[in-house]
Amino acid sequence: MPATKQLTKGNEALAMGAVAGGCDCFFGYPITPQNEVPEVLSYEMPKRGRVFVQAESEVASINMVYGAAAAGKRAMTSSSSPGISLMMEGVSYIACAELPCLIVNVMRGGPGLGSITPSQGDYFQACKGGGHGDYHCIVLAPWNVQEMYEFPALGFELADRYRCPAMILADGVLGAMMEPATIRDDDAPPDVPEKPWATSGRNGRNHKNIVNSLVIEPYGLRDHNLKLQAKYAKMQCETRWDTRHTDDAEILLVAYGIAARLALSACKLARKQGVNAGLLRPITLYPFPSDAIVECAAGKKRVLVVELSSGQMVEDVRLAINGKVPVDFYGEMGGVIPSPADICRKIMEAVQ
Amino acid sequence: MNIAIEKQDGSPDADLKCVFERPQALSDKPFHYCPGCSHGTYHRLIAEMIDEFGLLDKTVGICPVGCAVFAYEYFETDMIEASHGRAPAVATGVKRSLPDRFVFTYQGDGDLAAIGMGEIIHAAARGERITVFFVNNGIFGMTGGQMAPTTLIGQKTTTSVDGRDPRTTGQPIRVCELLSSIEGVAYLARVPLTSPKNINTCRKYMRKAIRAQLEDVGLGLVEVLSPCPVQWGMKPGDALHHIDESVVKAFPPGEIVDRVSATAK
Amino acid sequence: MDLCQIHTDRCKGCELCVQFCPKHALEMSEGRNAAGYHPAVLTHPDLCNGCALCAEMCPETGIEIYRRQKRARHEAVDQG
Repeated sequence: MPATKQLTKGNEALAMGAVAGGCDCFFGYPITPQNEVPEVLSYEMPKRGRVFVQAESEVASINMVYGAAAAGKRAMTSSSSPGISLMMEGVSYIACAELPCLIVNVMRGGPGLGSITPSQGDYFQACKGGGHGDYHCIVLAPWNVQEMYEFPALGFELADRYRCPAMILADGVLGAMMEPATIRDDDAPPDVPEKPWATSGRNGRNHKNIVNSLVIEPYGLRDHNLKLQAKYAKMQCETRWDTRHTDDAEILLVAYGIAARLALSACKLARKQGVNAGLLRPITLYPFPSDAIVECAAGKKRVLVVELSSGQMVEDVRLAINGKVPVDFYGEMGGVIPSPADICRKIMEAVQ
Repeated sequence: MNIAIEKQDGSPDADLKCVFERPQALSDKPFHYCPGCSHGTYHRLIAEMIDEFGLLDKTVGICPVGCAVFAYEYFETDMIEASHGRAPAVATGVKRSLPDRFVFTYQGDGDLAAIGMGEIIHAAARGERITVFFVNNGIFGMTGGQMAPTTLIGQKTTTSVDGRDPRTTGQPIRVCELLSSIEGVAYLARVPLTSPKNINTCRKYMRKAIRAQLEDVGLGLVEVLSPCPVQWGMKPGDALHHIDESVVKAFPPGEIVDRVSATAK
Repeated sequence: MDLCQIHTDRCKGCELCVQFCPKHALEMSEGRNAAGYHPAVLTHPDLCNGCALCAEMCPETGIEIYRRQKRARHEAVDQG
């Protein structure tokens, strides 16, 4: 496939990745630090005959996504933490109605209006529901601009496969940073599965389709929930992760997104100081690579989880490891970004 | 007593011609609405219009949250159940995706005029080519008769037990008048569903609101003044009289905006 | 004679058809339908002129209207 390596900003790469991933419709509302996504799509989409609508709110955005996804289109929205909070009711409806769509969260510091600086404080919201009821989104965590470009297509593909919302959980650093990324030159549309369930007008169909998240009868709703849970169980095979320098490591770092970039630099610093540190990076945060973490942590002295939060993913790591290896945590909040040297110090403290 | 439409020998009576029957776009499922509620009437009129315009195959309807939450059961077209108040946003998503489809929302006054006011105003401002069927019965029916933005001054509800007091709860919102300043709106009309004559007027208004979409003029909305006999504590017939006597004073019927006739093809 | 056929199983007893029938051809039944309502019934079919006002007002779409075709109508008038 023809492609060129270009110096690209994370948010712009994500926007072009959405185009390449066959996004038919984008609906969004401005919020920092993700504004390049709607800005780029506001001209890239119409020029391809695709839909771009700047909505009046994130609430409207997610409900437009609901409508377009129900109509059988690849629909997405992009926002940042407070905007994603506003969308949560809609995400719950989309999950219950089993519609595929893509939601991008370029996380910023919270809680509240917080700050516009990078954070990873929305892990719980992304992975543990966020909205009401028992549901999950597939959650993808890119760590460089290349993945910001590639993950929209992956997100759409997984969302279509499982008829569920997929979320890209990025952060303000990934959105704003520039680095080389290989960007496709063409717009060849990806293969999109048939959607016979779509409410796109009957158009000769001998029955009507209904997109709905209301199941008023208790046993009916229980059965629908069991169906969703069976789907989430089936999704576990989509777990993705990456390991670096783990074979000879005495300490295993677990981190995702930009924290994983910092952690990898810290591992290299630690090795210079004689401590063999390795990194496991979850790429899918839901489904979570629990088995891979258990396997990788086996025989290590300690595990150190690094996040730009008060410690959210660390709970899943501890659940997975279940006391077999001591798990330490290092996090910064509010948009403060630890340096590799800061993390390296924590590695040294942990192994001593 | 049922009158058979067969002759005494059981053969169909060919002289009898059916002139009023269930529209094709309406499903067979009996409505769940309370006795005397006009939701069923409005559903039937929408189904008649879908038949009349030949839109069964290309319609996508969006249901509200409220009494009409099960509306997807009653139409034979593709249907989407929206979250409370967001039907115009959902309709925007569908219509922008599939511009050649006929997209309508069906919304009550809690759905449209309270929680969903932002969505309807901005859908109107964008001039979305959607048709909105709006039911104003001045109350939250499904949740048990609470005050709505459209509740009349002095009207008793379960959250205004001494009658709506404008000093603390404001005045009824007139949705059509509110939207009339927005140029993306192609058609706005209000009609009480209180008599056969008014129902026929409603049909005329609905045709224009549908044409507003089909002829690419803009957003069309028909507001019906509908009774809620149960939550108003009135017999169905008395509830209709109440609309004709009192409700129309706060919500004057008629065509408020008509940019459709001017662009008639 | 024209006909209004009431699907009594759909009737919820709101009485609007009775109130709007200009010929007073309809009445509410003493009996109940399966849902427990007293349904409307056409008690005076001879009075029904098929005007369809009852059907128009019925919120349940529970009434169908049949009219004699013109030829038959003339015959009926002649005989009457």
